[in-house]
Amino acid sequence: MPNISSGPRVGLFVTCLADMFRPSVAFSTVKLLEQAGCKAEVPERQTCCGQPAFNSGDRKTTADIARQTIDAFDGYEYVVGPSGSCIGMLHYYPEVFAPSDSYYQRALELKNRSFEITSFLFDVIGMDSLQEQLRQLQFNHKVTYHDSCSGLRQLGIKQQPRQLLQQVQGVELEEMEEAETCCGFGGTFCVKYPEISNRMVSNKSEFISNTGAHTVLGGDLGCLLNMAGKLKREGKQVEARHIVEVLAGMTDTPAIGEADYGLAQQL
Amino acid sequence: MQINTPFFKQRAHDALADANLQKALGNLKAGFPEKRAIAVSRMPEFEQLRDQGRDLKNHILEHLDLYLEEFERKVIENGGHVHWARTADDANRIILDICQQVDAKTVTKGKSMVTEEIGLNDFLEANGVQPVETDLGEYILQLRHDHPSHIIAPAIHLNLEDVSEAFHANHHRPKSSDPAVLMQEAREVLREKFVAADVGITGANFCVAETGSTIIVTNEGNGDLTQTLPKTHVVVTSIEKVVPTLEDMTLFLRLLARSATGQEFSVYNTLSSGPRREGDQDGPENFHVVLVDNGRSEMVGSEFQDMLRCIRCSACMNHCPVYGAVGGHSYGWVYPGPMGSVLTPQMIGIEKGGMLPNASTFCGKCESVCPVRIPLPKLMRHWREDEFEKHLQPKAARYGLAGWAFLAKRPALYKPYTRMASWMMKAWAGKNGRIRTLPLAGGWTDWRDMPAPQGKTFMQAWKEQQKAGGQQ
Repeated sequence: MPNISSGPRVGLFVTCLADMFRPSVAFSTVKLLEQAGCKAEVPERQTCCGQPAFNSGDRKTTADIARQTIDAFDGYEYVVGPSGSCIGMLHYYPEVFAPSDSYYQRALELKNRSFEITSFLFDVIGMDSLQEQLRQLQFNHKVTYHDSCSGLRQLGIKQQPRQLLQQVQGVELEEMEEAETCCGFGGTFCVKYPEISNRMVSNKSEFISNTGAHTVLGGDLGCLLNMAGKLKREGKQVEARHIVEVLAGMTDTPAIGEADYGLAQQL
Repeated sequence: MQINTPFFKQRAHDALADANLQKALGNLKAGFPEKRAIAVSRMPEFEQLRDQGRDLKNHILEHLDLYLEEFERKVIENGGHVHWARTADDANRIILDICQQVDAKTVTKGKSMVTEEIGLNDFLEANGVQPVETDLGEYILQLRHDHPSHIIAPAIHLNLEDVSEAFHANHHRPKSSDPAVLMQEAREVLREKFVAADVGITGANFCVAETGSTIIVTNEGNGDLTQTLPKTHVVVTSIEKVVPTLEDMTLFLRLLARSATGQEFSVYNTLSSGPRREGDQDGPENFHVVLVDNGRSEMVGSEFQDMLRCIRCSACMNHCPVYGAVGGHSYGWVYPGPMGSVLTPQMIGIEKGGMLPNASTFCGKCESVCPVRIPLPKLMRHWREDEFEKHLQPKAARYGLAGWAFLAKRPALYKPYTRMASWMMKAWAGKNGRIRTLPLAGGWTDWRDMPAPQGKTFMQAWKEQQKAGGQQ
């Protein structure tokens, strides 16, 4: 293991969904950060990135939450989270403040040091430092990868997860049709326009199962909960996991929406 | 045109259940996006052209008055007339006046979304002037008393059988389902209309200030017959279509054809620069340009100014998963898809148009293909801000948001609340790992399972782990 104390101090942005639905995703992220030589810390004063308010047009609440998040992550060299959508929201913070606001500069500065996990590992840490550990891992399954919208189009995350994944022994990546098309989650969209959302996730479910993959991987729990929920409802056998679980070798927990035989209790 | 935008959800529901429509929409998905991708891949500098397009449009919008006045001056110099229409009603009256001056009985029309926007056909008909659509798609729609569901492929919601029936019912000829026969039939019927028309009305893709020219971009050639055969040509267009020079126009032509249909160049790109001059072989005797505002000048300088860059290519709707699922008529007014979701509230009011900017997952695909880089999701978000400030959102959504915000702003309360919520959902799921029905979450569980939380929240588990680690 690299010397932990010598690496950068990284604040983990847990994200609401990892916090509430899948702590194993946040634990996997911590493990990956520590393996990369970082000192991972979890600021207590974080809650949500504020995206529900931002996308509902509530500017004041968005600004309040942005200030809270900026304060909570003050002083960390990097801010890293397991979601392109939530980290993408952090990148929108400068738009929330007028340039004269004292938080504007701090928002810009937070934007420059916050990264989605696969992008942080690949673009900041670099493959040279990670390859050795990733190659010791085994995941003997055919997988397919869903590109979540914010990560892909806002943060430019496309090759990073695939490059990392291909270091893991046994992984066979089979691309699905329309991997870049939205799954229909869209935050509150999926409950505001459930029928349209259903059509979109039905298409996605079909594209996923057409690949014959054992597992669909992605980088955002919102999309993964949506896709896993649809796959399960349709009785399909495909499992769904966040990519960090595979990269951290933490795949002993049941996949998303799978029956729990008690393993997760240990968390 | 009747405004059905408030019924978006019901219309989307019907559209999803309409097998014929779904079949037609399937064709769209396989058509335009793939063709665009090929065209773009063949042009390495396409991304730079998009930057240039955006910057040039921004420059024009900063000097819109200057270029419009220059355009007007040139049109007059060429012997044409320019009419300024602040509202849709103004535009309709101006056009009717022109028709009545030449005692027009019928007018042929090239494809024009601005005339849809102002409701010109109904207005002319009510005043004794018969409009005849000559774009094949628009012609089919007119026979069916229907409206466009797409801005460049207006009849995309129809299948061959629908066309066959419409022709059979109106042309009194033997019924055919052969596209070549139907095409020939439309040609023969329309040819007579072209010759008989007293006035030809077209839109314009661009208005060139330096020459006073307007240009139409088509693939059928109907626009050319519409504007050259009748004695009077009326161009109905909107104020943001002006560009400074012919060279600037060509930049947009390159962007437009590739973004719209994946063509490198559209089949007909026809410039009109005033009435027939001495020695000209053809062309109209009278040339009018009606410049429609209809809310656009209010967008200049507002947070919606970027929308005025739009060149009506339709790439945003062609790539939109929501449009692809429900089709253009669900949007309930003239302009569908992401560009319509920004433009419609401006034109009919956010009170009636509010459904549209909300009907987006903000997936960003539209912005990623827009030839002039309009930040469509951001503009839709601005409409949501407008709605929020005016308290127009449904009560349940407002109270839900307020409750969530109260907790999210208070970490000390947020943590026990999330612990409890995770625990309850986990308990509800039992050992299944997923929930099939959840009170108050029918929007989710009617259609898909809700994966159960793992148990403890991360914040809770992390704290316990740190404590245990500290004691070791």
